[in-house]
Amino acid sequence: MSLRRPAKNQPENFEFNSSSLAAANKILSKYPEGKQQSAVMALLYIAQRQNDNWIPLAAMKYVAKFLDMPYIKVYEVATFYTMYNLSPVGKHFIQVCTTTPCMIRGAGKLVEACKEKISENECELSSDKSCSWMEVECLGACVNAPMMQINDDYYEDLDKEKTLKILDKILKGETPEPGSYRGRINNEPENNRKTLMDYKNA
Amino acid sequence: MLKDQDRIFKNLYNDMGSDVVSAQSRGDWVNTKEITNKGREWIINEIKDSQLRGRGGAGFPTGLKWSFAPKEVGSRPHYLVINGDESEPGTCKDRDILRFEPHKLIEGCLIASYAVQAHVCYIYIRGEYFVDGQKLQAAIDEAYEKKLLGKNAAGTGWDLDIYIHYGAGAYICGEETALLESIEGKKGQPRLKPPFPALVGLYGCPTIINNVETIAVVPTILRRGGKWFASLGREKNTGTKIFCISGNVNTPCNVEEEMNIPLKELIEVHAGGVIGGWDNLQAVIPGGSSMPLIPKEKCETLTMDFDSLMAEKSGLGTAGIVVINKDQDIIKCMARIARFYKHESCGQCTPCREGSGWMWRMLERMAKGDATKDEVEMLGDVTNQIAGHTICAFGEGSSWPVQGLLRHFKKEIEKRNNLDPIVQKKNNIPYLVDQHLLDKKNA
Repeated sequence: MSLRRPAKNQPENFEFNSSSLAAANKILSKYPEGKQQSAVMALLYIAQRQNDNWIPLAAMKYVAKFLDMPYIKVYEVATFYTMYNLSPVGKHFIQVCTTTPCMIRGAGKLVEACKEKISENECELSSDKSCSWMEVECLGACVNAPMMQINDDYYEDLDKEKTLKILDKILKGETPEPGSYRGRINNEPENNRKTLMDYKNA
Repeated sequence: MLKDQDRIFKNLYNDMGSDVVSAQSRGDWVNTKEITNKGREWIINEIKDSQLRGRGGAGFPTGLKWSFAPKEVGSRPHYLVINGDESEPGTCKDRDILRFEPHKLIEGCLIASYAVQAHVCYIYIRGEYFVDGQKLQAAIDEAYEKKLLGKNAAGTGWDLDIYIHYGAGAYICGEETALLESIEGKKGQPRLKPPFPALVGLYGCPTIINNVETIAVVPTILRRGGKWFASLGREKNTGTKIFCISGNVNTPCNVEEEMNIPLKELIEVHAGGVIGGWDNLQAVIPGGSSMPLIPKEKCETLTMDFDSLMAEKSGLGTAGIVVINKDQDIIKCMARIARFYKHESCGQCTPCREGSGWMWRMLERMAKGDATKDEVEMLGDVTNQIAGHTICAFGEGSSWPVQGLLRHFKKEIEKRNNLDPIVQKKNNIPYLVDQHLLDKKNA
């Protein structure tokens, strides 16, 4: 299990803004009547997006009221799932996969790059407060290893140099192009494709 | 090599685009109505004839699973749930289906929903695949627009709504009952079975849960016939499968190939060979991180299907092949996998929650050469105390890779770790006894 604790400094109040509220009501319609608790995960995501990428306790209480369920149940969900950030993270949140398939292709170098550019320790804000990074478990892009995720986007087929360039752009406030950084197309074998050639050349 | 015409996922590399028009040009949605008109019995029998086995890891026969759904809908509605929580290290096949072949999945959902009499289908996607999930959502919206979903979907007379539910970074939610808990808005902790989800599943209603790849191949099987699918591969291990080849190979890739293909062919032909040549191969994890590794000697002749890997005391799992060459420290690789399991244990059963941490810490010590001689045996014992003593298969999943390491690389561990045991005396000492209770002279 991973140990997860809420941040010490918590805002007093939280409320959905109008766009979050609309999104939340749309989510509720997905689930059968009386089963609105199902929407808790999606609503926590909405709260996280609204609140600069992390969920304060006030938001959990708000979601609990919104769905008419006990606060402790929301707290359980928010602390169980690792994608809910319980303390502030950077606006650009960088997650480096370091599980074995990425590790054996040099994910350690990506971690080095993050340490150089962002902060010495994981989950620490960069000096300009805009970024933070952490090591995560398998992100499910193993044939594009090593890779990292910045907010929603995957950056694949990296090495240290390419990571440094991406992080430079991020620190300048730009959004680098997601996808493979060796120019290969999705998951095809690079320069070695032997299948579905008619479609490739079509 | 499998002929291109027998490949199901023709857009695996997105040469043609994933929109509904290009999907229709590849044959999706062409005669869905004709298929469903043949009736539930026919569909389930055809899937049984095809001998399709679930692609999510356990390899349970799909037709059989569908036949467990109650024949008549009672007071409780039926549900179809698609498992797209792909989190097994080494596996990234479902992602490609979600983003490049979404219409195969959606059409499969319609046919499967019809077969098990579900009017609502939830597709559970891991939270990290947010962008890919949006692509699927776009495809679902397209399908609604074209009247392929909703009331009288695709003219079949069957009503179906599909909703996406995002996970939030919990590996355990790939376990079917944990996934149901997660959809119900709870912590993803597996349920005891029985009752099985086919009778008591989502919201206590009959629920059929299938992997993304399993459902996505269904329309093609029904179009080309179960016999065609069964003619590929070998008995009970039929059809095609997307293999993900990652790790120390020259061109890591996803490729759809026939079941029972030799491992060496996959690595040498599609993945461009092992980095440093075949002789530099150390071991292969054949089916995602929870399957025991296979040493080089056996990789020469190994064929990739459920039963032949089972015979090697491993498994096909999700067919995520991780190739490890001799430049890597195999103990460190396994220690990292153990750390993954320690991180992902849901904490419900004590043997797994505690044991996964023990295994990780022992392996970290062994990688550094800080372990004592007796700890090697002890590690094996810990794995046996976890496997089979937990509610779900996570216990097996976390201990099998360690058992695989001990089975094939014990010498390597012993060579590196030759410190004398802390307790010299060969008493039959239980492991959890505190040090001060032991004989002081030796403690």
